[in-house]
Amino acid sequence: MSAGTTSGIDRRGFLKTGMAGAAGLVIGFYLPESSLHVAPVVMMLPASLNAWIRISTTNTVTIVIDKSEMGQGILTALCMIAAEELDCDWKKITTEFAPAAKEYFNPAFGMQGTGGSSSVRSSWDPMRKAGAAARDMLLQAAAAQWKVEKSTCRTENGMIYHDATKRSLTYGNVAVAAAKLPVPQDVPLKDPKKYRIIGKPTKRLDTTDKVNGRAQFGIDVQQGGMLYAVVARCPVFGGKVASFDATKAKAVPGVKTVIQISSGLAVIADNTWAAMQGRRALDVKWDEGPNANASSEGISKLFADQMSKPAAEARKEGDAATALSGASQKIEAVYEAPYLAHATMEPINCTADVTTDRVEVWAPTQFQTMAQGAAAKICGFKPENSFIHTTYLGGGFGRKAGTDFVIEAVETSKALGRPVKLTWSREDDTQHDYYRPASYAKLAGGIGADGWPVAWTTRVACSSIMEAWFPGSTKNNLDPTSVEGLANLPYSIPNIHVDYVRTEPGIPVGFWRSVGASQNGFFSECFMDELATAGKKDPYEFRRHLLDKAPRHLGVLELVAQKAGWDKPLPAGRYRGIAVLEAFQSFAAQVVEISVDRRARSVKVHRVVCAVDVGRVVNPANIVMQSESAIVYGLSSALYGEITIAKGRVVQTNFNTYPVLRIDAMPVVETYIVPSEEKPTGAGELAVPPVVPALCNAIFAATGKRIRRLPIRAEDLA
Amino acid sequence: MAIQLIINGKTQSVDVPANMPLLWVLRDTLGMTGTKFGCGMALCGACTVHIDGEATRSCITPVSAVTGKKITTIEGLSPDRSHPVQRAWIEVDVPQCGYCQSGQIMSAASLLAQNPKPSDSEIDEAMKGNICRCGTYQRIRQAVHRAAELHQASANPSRLDGPHAAEEALDGQTVEAGGAA
Repeated sequence: MSAGTTSGIDRRGFLKTGMAGAAGLVIGFYLPESSLHVAPVVMMLPASLNAWIRISTTNTVTIVIDKSEMGQGILTALCMIAAEELDCDWKKITTEFAPAAKEYFNPAFGMQGTGGSSSVRSSWDPMRKAGAAARDMLLQAAAAQWKVEKSTCRTENGMIYHDATKRSLTYGNVAVAAAKLPVPQDVPLKDPKKYRIIGKPTKRLDTTDKVNGRAQFGIDVQQGGMLYAVVARCPVFGGKVASFDATKAKAVPGVKTVIQISSGLAVIADNTWAAMQGRRALDVKWDEGPNANASSEGISKLFADQMSKPAAEARKEGDAATALSGASQKIEAVYEAPYLAHATMEPINCTADVTTDRVEVWAPTQFQTMAQGAAAKICGFKPENSFIHTTYLGGGFGRKAGTDFVIEAVETSKALGRPVKLTWSREDDTQHDYYRPASYAKLAGGIGADGWPVAWTTRVACSSIMEAWFPGSTKNNLDPTSVEGLANLPYSIPNIHVDYVRTEPGIPVGFWRSVGASQNGFFSECFMDELATAGKKDPYEFRRHLLDKAPRHLGVLELVAQKAGWDKPLPAGRYRGIAVLEAFQSFAAQVVEISVDRRARSVKVHRVVCAVDVGRVVNPANIVMQSESAIVYGLSSALYGEITIAKGRVVQTNFNTYPVLRIDAMPVVETYIVPSEEKPTGAGELAVPPVVPALCNAIFAATGKRIRRLPIRAEDLA
Repeated sequence: MAIQLIINGKTQSVDVPANMPLLWVLRDTLGMTGTKFGCGMALCGACTVHIDGEATRSCITPVSAVTGKKITTIEGLSPDRSHPVQRAWIEVDVPQCGYCQSGQIMSAASLLAQNPKPSDSEIDEAMKGNICRCGTYQRIRQAVHRAAELHQASANPSRLDGPHAAEEALDGQTVEAGGAA
């Protein structure tokens, strides 16, 4: 397995050759590494395709990975999809991360990027087609060499056979000849019944490099003559440098200089630690700007005030107001969710090298096109002179979609005329994130005389992520990410009204694993539990009955209830809660089993049972891993996660004040997959949203108290 | 000042300030990037190395404190991923993003050196200083148990399935994943 980044110049030369037309897929067949300087043979496929496959004469199949691998297992999944159609030898696959180029645009975003659980969904067709086209060309080349009909040849595991004459060739034997053939159009794809790779639990291809320190993350990049930088940023969002004195900073051994960049002051040294020491010694006066008095209390009040303001309608069915007023019971509640940091294990970093006519960027980025554009703009170069080398990401979760760290590194390298590695400390990461928006929701439900709901209304207030990142991208002040998990409520309730009041407290917000569903799933699935209680129904049966028009929700709900043994009593002292949600066209339901020590005011999560429906499964082993991962991420947020604001700045600093789940709090997690032949969808974020409400509903079962504000506090458990 | 360090069995001289943390000497001075920076305050365990066999957070360990001591980093745990912990990690497919795993593996190796057959709660106690944001904890527990078995088998070769059992398992195209329906 290859680790690390794309090899810039060779890759780029190849790419340019193949980019005669816009947005085309290039399938190239490379000569062996030693003869790479020879102009490679390159062919174009129709513009609607966009994957890369290279085969060496020594049978190595290189699959270019155009999504960022941040732990979610996409590298292995993309190889599985391509290899299924290519019929190559799985053991001979090697991978390389794609450069930034139009060929690799993700149709979900209109640019190259990884997020929104879109990777398998968007690569499913292109990677299969690329594999199938390449296999067909290899078959043609072998048939021509043998002077037989292509139809009399077959492939198996990287070999081509002509059974009648008992002849065989390796893919590598005919790779160069195949590369000279015209690219076939519309090669038939395999019947899924014949899949030998897709759908089989498969080990990750990146594991071996991740057990001996070889995997290269952004923070591990080393360039000749490189200097190291950290940045002092105004602790208040929107603030800037008023004045500074670098004398003391420069006196720190190893510190070279201090320069002003757009985000603050970059301290440059000959190692990261010296740069950090220099930053500590730096005298800076900040102009704290208009947010200097922002506080969490003020923000919460601002949200509450917004509840009476005009709102953007996200969903309207029937007449919820009238139905509510006529209901036998009216249930009302206010829910709140805090800002959250992503806290990727790999702190934010970027290495940049700006020269007179090109800029090279090595970064753990989720969005190559934005990184490329940002770097080019700073340097005044065209995007094609901006080269993005994607490394492994030590966690992404949406944080590394940002370009802030790329901008900092490029500005610093440009000013110094040398390669620079810029590293954020954990404190920088916690205090200068693009946070999961804090959110405030007012919910009301009407229950009829028979105990079933007749009306549901929700008004939600929070920042717009889409307007922050892509100004002007929303219509009528309605950001779909602000209402996902609410507007798509799957239950058969005759009168539903959901609306949104965009509210901007001045705190930077961004995409946090599962985005809007992370807080809205907490609101909607906890409130569903409140309605079930009001209607005197079992929380599972209540949901089940109301999912009559949502078969995939129902499928995961019934599976999770069966696997969790919902119909069986729990041991004394154990309680459970349930929740079901859709996220990114996938479906998950969970049952969380807990015990509460009311004297110690603590909760222990013993078991989480998770059922998912992600359409056709590419790698079941990875679905299981991602569910485990997402459940831990969700539990961390519910049990500990809170970013608070005081005097315009983030209070939390490091893992001591922004705790996350550790192994001693890890429950047993069981994952079950609903078999499906629907188109494959993503699993990286899916299991985050349900675990929070399922946990809170379990706590209600234990204590009779509703958790309506996160994170769960000691007083909630008394 | 010149400081002598014994890293992975090799003596090296580095010219760095005495109070510079070992982590940054490894990463920036020596270019050994397998040991990771995570928090800088011994809160996350990503920087774990062995000092005379003891799991130690290199981010708060001044380099002057480890002169003359045996420093083992992830790069030196084995030359070929053959340490029982590495073999178990491969077999169980523990890493996701992988960033914390150098530290996890070093902590697990130290645990097993001291306690060859730890219980779940002993594993939790020894490993709770290592954060994994991908949430691989369930697999870490499983892999530590598996490493204990492999270690025992190595100590008694007649019980070993083969010297490269883990690698062979990895090379196999597919494996059974626990829990998948």
